[in-house]
Amino acid sequence: MTGSKKKPILEVRGLRARVGGKEILRGLDLTIQAGEVHAIMGPNGSGKSTLANVLAGHEGYEVTGGQVMYRGKDLLSVSTEERAREGIFLAFQYPVEIPGISTAYFLRASLNSILKHRGEEEIDPIDFLTLVKKKAKLVQMDQSLLNRPVNEGFSGGEKKRNEILQMMVLEPRLAILDETDSGLDIDALKIVASGVNAMRDPERAMIVVTHYQRLLTYIVPDRVHVLSHGRIVKSGGKELALELEEKGYAWTEIDSPAPAAPTSPDVPAS
Amino acid sequence: MKKAGTSTKVIEELTNQEYRYGFVTDVDTDSVPPGLNEDVIRLISAKKNEPPFLLEWRLRAYRHWLTLREPKWAHVHYPPIDYQSIVYYSAPKAKKDGPRSLDEVDPEMLATFEKLGISLNEQKRLSGVAVDAVFDSVSVATTFKEKLGEIGVIFCSFSDAVVNHPELIEKYLGSVVPYTDNFFASLNSAVFTDGSFCFIPKGVRCPMELSTYFRINAANTGQFERTLIVAEAGSYVSYLEGCTAPMRDENQLHAAVVELITHDNAQIKYSTVQNWYPGDAQGRGGIFNFVTKRGKCLGVNSKISWSQVETGSAITWKYPSCILLGDNSIGEFYSVALTNNYQQADTGTKMIHIGKNTTSTIISKGISAGHGQNTYRGLVKMGKGAKNSRNYSQCDSLLLGDKCGAHTFPYVEVGNSSSRLEHEASTSKIGEDQLFYCRQRGLSQEDAVSMIVNGFCKEVFRQLPMEFAVEAQKLLGVSLEGSVG
Repeated sequence: MTGSKKKPILEVRGLRARVGGKEILRGLDLTIQAGEVHAIMGPNGSGKSTLANVLAGHEGYEVTGGQVMYRGKDLLSVSTEERAREGIFLAFQYPVEIPGISTAYFLRASLNSILKHRGEEEIDPIDFLTLVKKKAKLVQMDQSLLNRPVNEGFSGGEKKRNEILQMMVLEPRLAILDETDSGLDIDALKIVASGVNAMRDPERAMIVVTHYQRLLTYIVPDRVHVLSHGRIVKSGGKELALELEEKGYAWTEIDSPAPAAPTSPDVPAS
Repeated sequence: MKKAGTSTKVIEELTNQEYRYGFVTDVDTDSVPPGLNEDVIRLISAKKNEPPFLLEWRLRAYRHWLTLREPKWAHVHYPPIDYQSIVYYSAPKAKKDGPRSLDEVDPEMLATFEKLGISLNEQKRLSGVAVDAVFDSVSVATTFKEKLGEIGVIFCSFSDAVVNHPELIEKYLGSVVPYTDNFFASLNSAVFTDGSFCFIPKGVRCPMELSTYFRINAANTGQFERTLIVAEAGSYVSYLEGCTAPMRDENQLHAAVVELITHDNAQIKYSTVQNWYPGDAQGRGGIFNFVTKRGKCLGVNSKISWSQVETGSAITWKYPSCILLGDNSIGEFYSVALTNNYQQADTGTKMIHIGKNTTSTIISKGISAGHGQNTYRGLVKMGKGAKNSRNYSQCDSLLLGDKCGAHTFPYVEVGNSSSRLEHEASTSKIGEDQLFYCRQRGLSQEDAVSMIVNGFCKEVFRQLPMEFAVEAQKLLGVSLEGSVG
């Protein structure tokens, strides 16, 4: 998209959320334009997964403040399934098993619910099979997995590939990848990354949540944000990830500006 | 904390769909007064023009029943049943002696079965399924009788069989479930009114599914039907059974007996979708379903397979079993039992291995919702002579919500050292995580619950004949799994 005025896909303002009575997000701001890939990094417990789950509408997380606009509309009042049908996709850190339901059947039901929402015709089983086999090849996923129950008996790598496969079939507008790199060896990581890169599109935005810089070698982000104690404390270009890798998260803690700290007279102006 | 009860709410909505078969048909009935004594039994026998041997058998059963006490070992709780307040015979009034053909069946009756989705009009039936329709105490119509007769298959009401094939009845009645078997079987033997009889002659593979549809209509009556299926050497039959009842505030008793016999190399596949009125959300009303079902694999290499989907009844007490007498014979039991609201189910099977190299498979799926209590109770017995016999049992429970219960009581008796048994059991809860995963992919809560439940029951549904599998899935409020995959 080369339009002159960019309209953000996602605008998060002062988002606060808690889980189990504990406040995790404490006033988070984030703006993502169409066509961009943003990386969210941060130490364990900083709120990365909470952000991913809140955006996807997990009811176990209680939003206590702030605002989220998705494509110009309020997102927080929309149900989980409506968000999915409107194009928000979450690649799970821990994909769930559904015994007795084949992966292909599950994904077709999912795709059809989205197509139906858009007022489009549902896809028939034959066309779907052609589509899903083509996509499975791209993530080098064994086709026999399509006939197996969702994630049941899948290895860690297979589960993550299955998430990427689902993303490729559902073609979301906003994809959130929650620690998709965790538990992957380097080969699997490359496959997953190439799947994600193939999904880059001027109309689509992606949030890549990760603990390590490693994934960002293969998925080069437009922006990198560092999350700490439920707020974004640092944002920058792709080089920020490398800097983090070098200096560790402790660096951002020290470096993060103390809220509303008055400058002392002898601090030189930068 | 996670918000409690989102899945529970959906499950309540899903499972509290109104009972669709709760209507009452307004027909004139020919009933006997409530209560049970020898005169009532003589009256029932006379109404059915039964030969003397059968009356004698009924009376012996009745006298034996008087010596018995209602069993209390099952994990179910209910108020005492007053056996003297039950009507033991109620039949829609026939114009003549009873309908000779479909044209003579009371249109009201045909309409009732149409409403239940059971067309008795042969021309209207798309699939090859022959139906015996039982309304309260009598069979009102049996379809495809003539067509089946051409290849020697006898499929008729039990009453007709008693009149037309007394030698077969005398030979096989009570040969699997004797009238002394248990309290409810004895009661049934004394007062049974109708049911179905199937006889598959030697070497015949029955070309269509045979089915009986049971309908309780009249109030305060009990339904005591008897089904007998005999498969001669090398024959095969697939038999289906369905049932519904009106919604009433008082409980009604249903105490059936089913006997199956397979000779050498014969096979019977028996499928049930049990949807008797389960009672309301407060646990008022509903059918007490106390049923004795048993098959005898008499011949070598014979096979009996039970598949059941139990969603109805206030109380279910039912253990479809196999006696594996013939060498290499096979017994199978596939079960889905769903209890919701205040329903209670104590169900399972008994696999009695007597012959050599006999094998049995037990797959039981219990689903509990609301305040439902679901019990699996099963016995696997390997006799001394059952060398190299094998059993595989798998009992899984799925809990929906936090007020229901699941219980498993597997009993094992092994009398020889060459037998092998495997038992697997699991209990799981529909997780918020599973629901969230499905909803994040665009599925509604309802569809997500359906899908998870459907997946849980998959192994059993796969065993059901197509037509039944669809009905079973609908019953559990689930959508049919597509052909992909």
